[in-house]
Amino acid sequence: MQTSFTAEQLRDPDTQVANKVLRTCVHCGMCTATCPTFLLLGDELDSPRGRIYLIKDMLESGRPATAEVVKHVDRCLSCLSCMTTCPSGTDYMHLIDHARTYIQNTYARPWHERLLRAALRLVLPVPGRMRLALQATSLLRPLARLLPSRGTFFVRLRAMVDLAPRSLPAPSSVERPQVHEAIGTRRARVALLAGCAQQVLAPQINEATIRLLTRMGVEVVVAKGAGCCGALTHHMGLHDPAMDAARANIAAWSAEIEAGGLDAIVINTSGCGTTVKDYGFMFRNAPEAEAAARISALACDITEYLSRLGYVPTRGTPGLTVAYHAACSLQHGQKITQEPKTLLAKAGFTVAIPAEAHICCGSAGTYNLMQPEIAGQLRARKLANIDRIEPDLIAAGNIGCITQLSGGRPVVHTVELLDWMAGGPEPAVLAGRAS
Amino acid sequence: MIVQHEPKQEVLARSAAILDGLRAILPASNVIGDALRLKPYETDGLAAYRQPPLAVALPTTTEEVAAVMAYCHREGIRVVPRGAGTSLSGGALPMADSVVLGLMKMNRILEIDYADRLAVVQAGVTNIGITNAVSAEGFFYAPDPSSQLACMIGGNVMMNSGGAHCLRYGVTANNLLGLKIVTVDGQIIEIGGAHCDAAGLDWLGLITGSEGQLAIVTEVTVRILRSPEGQRAMLAAFDAIDVAGACVDAIIGSGIIPVALEFMDKPCIHACEAFAHAGYPMDAEAMLIIEVEGSTAEQDELLGRIRAICDRFNPISMKVSNSVEESMAIWKGRKGAFGAVGRISPDYLCMDGTIPTSQLPHVLRRIGEMSAECGLGVANVFHAGDGNLHPLIMFDANDPESFHKAETFGADILKLCVEVGGCLTGEHGVGVEKRDLMTVQFNETELDQQRRVKSAFDPDWLLNPSKVFPLKLPAARSLTLAAE
Repeated sequence: MQTSFTAEQLRDPDTQVANKVLRTCVHCGMCTATCPTFLLLGDELDSPRGRIYLIKDMLESGRPATAEVVKHVDRCLSCLSCMTTCPSGTDYMHLIDHARTYIQNTYARPWHERLLRAALRLVLPVPGRMRLALQATSLLRPLARLLPSRGTFFVRLRAMVDLAPRSLPAPSSVERPQVHEAIGTRRARVALLAGCAQQVLAPQINEATIRLLTRMGVEVVVAKGAGCCGALTHHMGLHDPAMDAARANIAAWSAEIEAGGLDAIVINTSGCGTTVKDYGFMFRNAPEAEAAARISALACDITEYLSRLGYVPTRGTPGLTVAYHAACSLQHGQKITQEPKTLLAKAGFTVAIPAEAHICCGSAGTYNLMQPEIAGQLRARKLANIDRIEPDLIAAGNIGCITQLSGGRPVVHTVELLDWMAGGPEPAVLAGRAS
Repeated sequence: MIVQHEPKQEVLARSAAILDGLRAILPASNVIGDALRLKPYETDGLAAYRQPPLAVALPTTTEEVAAVMAYCHREGIRVVPRGAGTSLSGGALPMADSVVLGLMKMNRILEIDYADRLAVVQAGVTNIGITNAVSAEGFFYAPDPSSQLACMIGGNVMMNSGGAHCLRYGVTANNLLGLKIVTVDGQIIEIGGAHCDAAGLDWLGLITGSEGQLAIVTEVTVRILRSPEGQRAMLAAFDAIDVAGACVDAIIGSGIIPVALEFMDKPCIHACEAFAHAGYPMDAEAMLIIEVEGSTAEQDELLGRIRAICDRFNPISMKVSNSVEESMAIWKGRKGAFGAVGRISPDYLCMDGTIPTSQLPHVLRRIGEMSAECGLGVANVFHAGDGNLHPLIMFDANDPESFHKAETFGADILKLCVEVGGCLTGEHGVGVEKRDLMTVQFNETELDQQRRVKSAFDPDWLLNPSKVFPLKLPAARSLTLAAE
């Protein structure tokens, strides 16, 4: 597609990347078909191609972002379904990331949005704060019914209360910085991203991961100084906090590489995995470029790593049908599509794939808090598609999706099932459903 | 920039009032009127031509479409209909004084009747959406444009779209049963229906392929077909493009009609392989994708005969797909071919001429020579069985001279198609792209006759008026008569 940046604009490295992305897009429109918001809203402006055009105009003009553009960029889930569809290989992810930073730097959001964003930024990446916030939300639940049902602010507040789990699991000790030793002969040594929000909402995921890996002869390190991957703030366009979080992880894992070597950095939240795999790009012009690229190259999803290692179940088939829900960050962001299904089948589950598997469930990081209406419609659409295949349970590789789809059938992380079938405990939500 | 009819100044002057008028008919969020948000609507799949409209209206029902049309008719406002905006001929290119009528919100499947093998869908349902809705019951909708994932059935009707499998099943016109249309003055009319052939004039035939110039299509009744028992694709690779062209002619000439017979040259093979990982032959100058269907025995028999014909042209390699996944990858590459060329060139113009298959070797050779003469690369991918060419001329839109050369090269290819007994368009429509070449194909009387048909439906030429006919044609007497 034609672009019209000035030579001076093109001296900025971020604009250079944007220009390259825009020039790769040929405006064919294929992406519109697999974009969740275009499916729901039927407006070019809420399709990837429309957003690319809005962003192109905003960047070329050099003008501050306007409310109209922000509205349509904000509606993007960053599910990256468009990138799977795009025949010409347009790097939409880095374009929309850049646009979000540009918006953050040039646009003043209304007070209630700033308040909400500040709260999410301060609370979600820090497990202690998140735990407190969820407990407070729980206390407020009876009052939520009194909230007005109109107005962006109140609608979002309600969405937050609705999403908060009714009870919180007890915190786990496995996530503290430590080394979980391999059982038997050590085959490999990996770092585990212990994450942030996930360990508050579902500590059993890290527990299952560590149990399974150590049982398979892998030493699992929770590195000191590693924490939130930075995805949360990155997707809000908050460049500096995102880079700070990423830098801390790069330093922590680089220290582990120096100390004892790492065969992989295992991530069991695919949203985070997509971001860690992008550290190399994020730091391409920074002093940490080389270290960041090394970390990105080592990063892999838990299912990717288990496939590499050779997973073998030890229990008999459970006689359960699992609806595998492909998290967008896994299928579109990391292009991991077969591994989770193959592993689940190997573990003895009957794996069923719902229709429209490529369409987002509406979770998308903090999207379900910021855009509750669209997120709610996508959730209903996803659950209806899952219901049609009548599974016993749902498995997904991302805590966001797990929370979003909870409420009906049991939803578990893929690794919980793999651990169970290889000698671990039955996931609590299944409560003896196995035959 | 492409020349269009002069905008009506009195319409431009009333733009604020017109937006109010539209907002009285549609919810405010379904009317777009600010310059910034009109920009993404300024173009379609032919991004080299751009013109923001006065407004965009996004109705959700036929009644809303009728109300918008009645309003625009009363106010003398031009209307440009739009589906997914995937047109490669600029069919949805707006005019400065026009309302773009986007049908993308009308994406519901209204009725599926397996007993009578038909489906009634709104105009904004995607082509693949129809097949997806009926595939579980073992049915499909046959015409499959390469953009079938995204393009919408309303646009397919307006352009009489084709596709790879049209060699066997016919184009859109051959798979339609009925339409609900809205006339320029806002009347809702149903033509055809749940039966094969309607009494009286063939209105369905007239509206199909009318490029948004006669009426707005809001609902479509399509024929759905039983899926074949099985199908298999094979790849045949050759070391020269005209040899592959001659092989196509030999297959068709032998009386075999495969379900699909597609051609790709080297640049396309490489670009598509990078996207689809289908195992295309990277050493070939040209490749044919040949698909057959039916029972396994039927497939084996046909493939055997086709292989024997291919053998006469010294293929570098031949490969029959071994699995559904392999076949899907082969088609994924073919159907993403236009976009995939974006990997090797920032921009392309996609031509759409049709020629007799016996002329394939000659025309392919000439296109190669012309490409060398003008210094612009060309990638060929097309429906070879139908002789429907799609040379993709690669250029750099940031260089105006390169674009001008591409336009001239494209026009020369299409003139060549007409010269050898073919025509300007196989399936993409005339749009704005081939508008000025219509005089190469038709004489003045023929063009007058076609314009009289348009005038009969749309006396004031409000519907998509800058398309199909050269702007410079004199206002023919016959047209004035029709308008009276």
